[in-house]
Amino acid sequence: MAPADSGTAPAATVAEGLTQLTTHVGSPPERETPSRPGGTSGASRPAPRFPRRTRLVRLGRFEIKAAPYVFIAPFFILFGIFGAFPIGYTVYASLFDWTLLAGNQGFIGLDNYTRLFGDALFWNSLRNTFGIFVMATVPQLVLALIIANLLNRQLRARTMFRMGILAPYTTSLVAVGIVFGFIFAERYGLARYLLDVIGVGEFNWRNERLPSWAAISAMVDWRWTGYNALIYLAAMQAIPRTLYEAAAIDGARPWRQFWTITVPLIKPSILFTVILSTIGGMQLFTEPLVFNYGRIQGGSGRESQTVAMYIYERTFSGTFNVGYGAAISLILFLVIILVALVNFTLVRRSIRTTEE
Amino acid sequence: MSVGTIRTRMIVLGTAALLVAACGGDDDTNTGDGPGTNDTVAEDDDTPQENEQAEAVTLVLQTFGDFGYDAAIEEFEELNPHITVDHQRMGELRDFAPQLAQWIAAGSGAGDVVGLEEGILLQYIENPDGFLDLFEYGAEELEGVYLDWKWERGITEDGRLIGLGTDVGGLAMCYRADLFEEAGLPSDREEVSALWPTWDDYLEAGRQFRDSGADAAWLDSATGVVQPYVMQNSDVFFYDTDGQFIGDTNPVFREAWDFGLNLAEEDLTAGLITWSDEWTAGFQASDFATRPCPSWMTGAIEDRAGDAHAGAWDVASIPGGAGNWGGSYLGVPAQTEHPQEAYELAKFLTSPDGQLHAFEAMGGMPSSLEGLSDPRFTETTNPYFRDAPVGEIMAATVTELEPIHLGALHQQTWENVFEPAMQRAEAGTESSDDAFQSAVGEAETLQ
Repeated sequence: MAPADSGTAPAATVAEGLTQLTTHVGSPPERETPSRPGGTSGASRPAPRFPRRTRLVRLGRFEIKAAPYVFIAPFFILFGIFGAFPIGYTVYASLFDWTLLAGNQGFIGLDNYTRLFGDALFWNSLRNTFGIFVMATVPQLVLALIIANLLNRQLRARTMFRMGILAPYTTSLVAVGIVFGFIFAERYGLARYLLDVIGVGEFNWRNERLPSWAAISAMVDWRWTGYNALIYLAAMQAIPRTLYEAAAIDGARPWRQFWTITVPLIKPSILFTVILSTIGGMQLFTEPLVFNYGRIQGGSGRESQTVAMYIYERTFSGTFNVGYGAAISLILFLVIILVALVNFTLVRRSIRTTEE
Repeated sequence: MSVGTIRTRMIVLGTAALLVAACGGDDDTNTGDGPGTNDTVAEDDDTPQENEQAEAVTLVLQTFGDFGYDAAIEEFEELNPHITVDHQRMGELRDFAPQLAQWIAAGSGAGDVVGLEEGILLQYIENPDGFLDLFEYGAEELEGVYLDWKWERGITEDGRLIGLGTDVGGLAMCYRADLFEEAGLPSDREEVSALWPTWDDYLEAGRQFRDSGADAAWLDSATGVVQPYVMQNSDVFFYDTDGQFIGDTNPVFREAWDFGLNLAEEDLTAGLITWSDEWTAGFQASDFATRPCPSWMTGAIEDRAGDAHAGAWDVASIPGGAGNWGGSYLGVPAQTEHPQEAYELAKFLTSPDGQLHAFEAMGGMPSSLEGLSDPRFTETTNPYFRDAPVGEIMAATVTELEPIHLGALHQQTWENVFEPAMQRAEAGTESSDDAFQSAVGEAETLQ
């Protein structure tokens, strides 16, 4: 599913920082070029004429020690501003009776959290989030694995297929939402028509829990399956052919090869997608919002309101309750960490079993 | 997609809120300046030639949707050559409202004059510190210009005026004249209005329509009748004047709820969710024959029903006689640096003249008595609705309306709690009583 948006920028910065670092450390001769301007670079050069020599040497040593930190500083500064500070501030805000309309009405300790644990609407949104997450993610990853495996063979027009599976990922989320909104429209929808034809019956797509979860999951999967498949495919192509040849000689059928060679060897990629899907799934917001015609409460009975939508509802409508919104955000943050850890452990264990 | 974004936004506004504390001193000075500035500008008004010497000022006007202000602003700038108006259109209300709340809380970012939709105004009425009291800038002169209930809704409990009314949403009943004819009902708008002086008559006409074997529902959804019904019959809705939730005990609201769901039970509603794509499709497929429509909704119907149904829709009076749905205000945030000029702009745009400009541009119905009786308004007909004299029909419904107390959370209580609950009951996924009870429980947690 979605890589956390905020994650990309700092990652790029780290990469940049590292490049700068390696360039610097890896090119000591440059320092010796006498033509190089700047006071500090002269420090490493023997310069007996200068009376302040010791000071310069000390400065040079300091530079060597400090430079790495300076080079990685941009990331940490950005992370501090956009990562650590917001989290810290969320904790702070969650301890106050604070609405945008009435202003900060003072410290209330853990009252927001107490209220949260007794808030049926919050539990409802958490339940929806989990439900949609499970319904969307499990088929999505399994399907991605199968697709990747198929694409990893000798196929006609292979590149076209490989590009094709990524196409949904490049479409606008809102466009996806609108189109799926039509497919799952109550009265004139394609889904209703098709289910009618095969005699399954009618579903109230927005006002019943399971149908609305299924519709939203379909939307999520349509968009993210190809993306995950491509990650798996990249990992699969790094597996040496010889392993398969050896297995074939030992008499392993393709299915056996898939489970005992492919899956264990792409385990790091699987774990990666599991973590990303967990984060994305727990933060699900746009799909259910657009699916419900932009109604933040997600269905007449809040059948598909996710936690992220509930946070938005509390924080940006009604009384604009920033303190309460912060409390829910923080709990969601903890839930994501917890669920990601659990999933990580589960997947790692289950794949190791196959390996042994 | 990401909560990260939301969280970040929240933090940003949190930070901003901290800054407010720092800027607090400034705000006080501004407010203190108020009366002084008032005097100087009042002189300006008496001697217009001094206007030219006045310092050049740029006012930022922020509105959502389309207020239709271009012509009015031009006229204002001609009358006040030293003022330039920077009109910033902020997109849809649902995007603008959270932004505005952040700017007001942060003490900077908001325009000198901002558009406040009714539901938003109701929230600021109970938390008015972010807005100037327009009485301090001479707004007493405007008493009596507007409809009473519109004027009073802009005044806080302790007597501060924070919003001047722009438009009102006079209510009418839009109906499909062609379907009425097929069903053997009168189709002429006068006769149709005479068909339903009361809501019970409306129900009776619906039964006739249904029994004629018509291939359409009587109205789009049970929820559409609640707002007009309660406003016609009660002086409170979900909250009493102390801000206590009374939705569970207000007998009129329960009557309206039952009346709406009774229509559904009688198989008279199409069960469509207002503003959904299904609703739009319903217009195109002629799924229903009537729809309570505020003045600003006529455009929405025209857009949705499309050219294929031009001349099929007509407008009659609303059962029960009066009603209003929506309408906006202009307020002046306390953070403005030009309070007096901002007041003058708000005053001009909400003057009968300004309102008529807006009406001609966008169809927003004037909220001033003079505007409502002006031929530019009353003689306007709507070609899409069989040349119905929309202005005339709707003007009556807002002048007859009695003021009603709504409260800060009114809009949220209706749109996020009771309307969806009613839709559940209408769809049959929950019984009427269960839906009502769960809505009451939800509403109590809103505060």
